[in-house]
Amino acid sequence: MASNIQAQDTDKPEFYLTEEHHPEGSTMLGFWLYLMSDCLIFATLFATHGVLGRSYAAGPSPADLFNLPLVAVNTAMLLLSSITYGFAMLQMERNAKTETLFWLGVTGVFGAIFLGLELYEFIHLIHEGAGPTRSAFLSSFFTLVGTHGLHVTFGIIWLITLMVQVSMRGLIPENRRRLMCLSMFWHFLDVIWIGVFSFVYLLGVLG
Amino acid sequence: MISHPHAPAHESASATHHGHSNGHEAGHGTLKGYLIGFVLSVILTAIPFWLVMGEVFDSKLVTAFFVMGLGVIQIVVHMVYFLHMNPRSEGGWTIMALIFTLVLVGITLAGSLWVMHHLNANMMPMSPEMMKNMP
Repeated sequence: MASNIQAQDTDKPEFYLTEEHHPEGSTMLGFWLYLMSDCLIFATLFATHGVLGRSYAAGPSPADLFNLPLVAVNTAMLLLSSITYGFAMLQMERNAKTETLFWLGVTGVFGAIFLGLELYEFIHLIHEGAGPTRSAFLSSFFTLVGTHGLHVTFGIIWLITLMVQVSMRGLIPENRRRLMCLSMFWHFLDVIWIGVFSFVYLLGVLG
Repeated sequence: MISHPHAPAHESASATHHGHSNGHEAGHGTLKGYLIGFVLSVILTAIPFWLVMGEVFDSKLVTAFFVMGLGVIQIVVHMVYFLHMNPRSEGGWTIMALIFTLVLVGITLAGSLWVMHHLNANMMPMSPEMMKNMP
């Protein structure tokens, strides 16, 4: 009798998913692939700047425009935000919700300072008449650095969203996964910034 | 109800976290790892800024070489200590994706610079009169 019912059960079509527990790794790999595609976007922008970076159209050159101490402070802000995000991840692994939120907040503040300094630099350049329309060099500069800044902006929005999520729901597996993704995104942006300050600012000023 | 063998394990794993899922995830960092990465990054950032701002070398080519070389080293440091890259994570698929991307990035950068340099070199020189008659 019991075996009969079981046989009937297996014949029935199943209208619900019976897949295995969602493996954590696949999200990370998928997000990594997204970051790699993002890397290609930046590669094309770097290539564009490499081609156009010396076309000043009789306008100002990087040595006239760039304020290296400001760029150094900017770099320090992004680097500090990277390590504080690392501290947040370490606290997450210890299951310490308050500490995780604290370090996420610190990361957000450093990110916001970075963004503020970059916007200040952009506004300063545009006021000096060195806006993106001035020369091919400035067009490619604003596109490349602006795209990076846009990524940081969305990273901060994502960070605030996750802080709200964690404070409401705690460090549940879903939030841990999201925090891991943002961690990769945030560190990736710092990696891109290494290329920006080396290739655009330092080599630009070098001439 | 089909029995879900992982469901109860999942609940307890949310408390301890290091249950069964640890092996699949991208590697976790340690405080020591983050601090090593941070100190190395600070050094590798300070040196190129010092080289350019202090005009240490007479030759611009040497300075440019050092700036780009130190940048590449710092990118590797970030990959290892902050992004926890290693050849075994995700069964080697992250590193495969990374190598593939680096090949594409190399082709994009080197190809663009090479082709556009030759286009510039082969461009016919223009006189101001010719410029005036441009469409």
